[in-house]
Amino acid sequence: MTLLSTRGLSRQFAGLHAVQDVDFDLPAGQIRALIGPNGAGKTTFVSMLCGRIAPSAGEVIFDGQNVTGLPAHKRISLGMAYTFQVTSIFANLDVAENVALAARRHLRGAARVRGAVDRALEQVGLADRRDQPAGDLAYGHQRLLEIAMGLVQAPRLLILDEPTQGLSEGEIEDFVDLIKGLSGETTILLIEHNMRVVMASADHVSVLNFGEILAEGTPDEIRANPQVQAAYLGSPDA
Amino acid sequence: MTAVRKSLLLHGGLLIVLFGLQFVLPAYHHGNLARIMVLASYAIGYNVLFGYTGLLSLGHAMFFAAGMYGMGLGIRFLEMSPALALLAGLAAGLILALVVGYLALRTVGVAFMIVTLMFAQALFLTILYFGKWTRGDEGFVIQQPERVLWGIDLSDPVNRYFAALLLFAVCLLVSLWLIQRPVGRVLIAIRENQERARMLGYDIFAHKLAAVMISGGISALAGAVYGLLFGYVGATFASVQYSIFPLLWVLLGGAGTVLGPFVGTLFMFYLIDLSSALTTAHMLIAGVVLVAVTLFAQQGIVGELRRRFWRWLP
Repeated sequence: MTLLSTRGLSRQFAGLHAVQDVDFDLPAGQIRALIGPNGAGKTTFVSMLCGRIAPSAGEVIFDGQNVTGLPAHKRISLGMAYTFQVTSIFANLDVAENVALAARRHLRGAARVRGAVDRALEQVGLADRRDQPAGDLAYGHQRLLEIAMGLVQAPRLLILDEPTQGLSEGEIEDFVDLIKGLSGETTILLIEHNMRVVMASADHVSVLNFGEILAEGTPDEIRANPQVQAAYLGSPDA
Repeated sequence: MTAVRKSLLLHGGLLIVLFGLQFVLPAYHHGNLARIMVLASYAIGYNVLFGYTGLLSLGHAMFFAAGMYGMGLGIRFLEMSPALALLAGLAAGLILALVVGYLALRTVGVAFMIVTLMFAQALFLTILYFGKWTRGDEGFVIQQPERVLWGIDLSDPVNRYFAALLLFAVCLLVSLWLIQRPVGRVLIAIRENQERARMLGYDIFAHKLAAVMISGGISALAGAVYGLLFGYVGATFASVQYSIFPLLWVLLGGAGTVLGPFVGTLFMFYLIDLSSALTTAHMLIAGVVLVAVTLFAQQGIVGELRRRFWRWLP
């Protein structure tokens, strides 16, 4: 079953085609990595999926429903969750309150919320820091907090925009384990620069270049694809 | 002791102290405190929007005045009972808040400040324009017989004090309750990081509109009660000055703290009162003290206490 698809999705900024005519299908339960060189349009593309910016043309279909015209908060309540590329948390609030805010939208009752918050903090390894102000956390821990805020929503589609940026080697390994553990429960769309993370965690990879889908396939196919290598390293005849 | 219990003890304690003061205060301060409690209720309303939701309005006098005139005109022309007139004042404030909120919330930041200021000026000028009914600047008096609520004469100082305390207690407890409810936590989240709150699936516009209505409703109720307790309705209460006052009170006392509005109102009232006993240049003393507080206690008096000593303060 396809959970998310786009047809002809495009976005221009003052004449620049940031994303152009993208047809994209994401089956339920899959972990999909979205990769591409800087400026390829990855963040613009996922921002259109979750409604942060409106497309110039095309449509987004989530779970069989055309959501192109829906505002972001309605898409989130349909079961999307989004973590920001640049860390975005409630710095003055406690760690637990950050996660609780993410949980309360779909959970009622203080006890249930508390249970879900504890589980999510446990999953990312921040349980012992629940009463600290989130702004006092180290950068890597703030990234993990964002992921916990995504997980606690029990989303059907979790969109992670460069989640491992700024994480230490050890934290990255834990992150890969965490993502693999979610395999089958949640559909994940992962924007990622770290190829080791992509190879280790993704079922399937889509490559975006100059706003268009350049290639799609398994991690091994993508690694062997000469076009992808050219996009990343520059083509020999350029 | 949990934070919830501590905060109940603190706020309950304040209400008990205010109740007890009634029996020991000399007449002059007794009258002052009644006035301060009503004005602090207005500040509590302002704080819901400014302190907790992070929206700076420069036009809250329009809600205070809407409540006051809704009540006053109801008594003067429709011969309403005081209870009904208070409800009319509250309703006037809520309707105004719905309309103004719906329009003004399309703007953000400085534009929001200007738009609210303009709406308040429009209401102020409207009150002057219809001077035939509102008596404009001069205002009108609500006669003693019209101020008897359920057999209780509100022009009597003791009754007036209790009525002011009742209003203040209700507003204080409502604001305390609100910010501990999920909806109140979302308002704080909007203040802290609006885009993040939106991407957690919260309808920002609806929450802000609710905040404007709660804030405007409390302000209007305070305005209606003020007019009824002190027997006067006038256009001064719709002027810019009365939009700036709650901002100052809340900033001084501590924006985004439940007790801040009361502390700020009390502080400012007595600052002006005491300094005017010393010199005719009392606004100079008041001004210097205000500058000092903003320099050395940037989060206001209660905000500073929270930062330094009691992190649990709501």
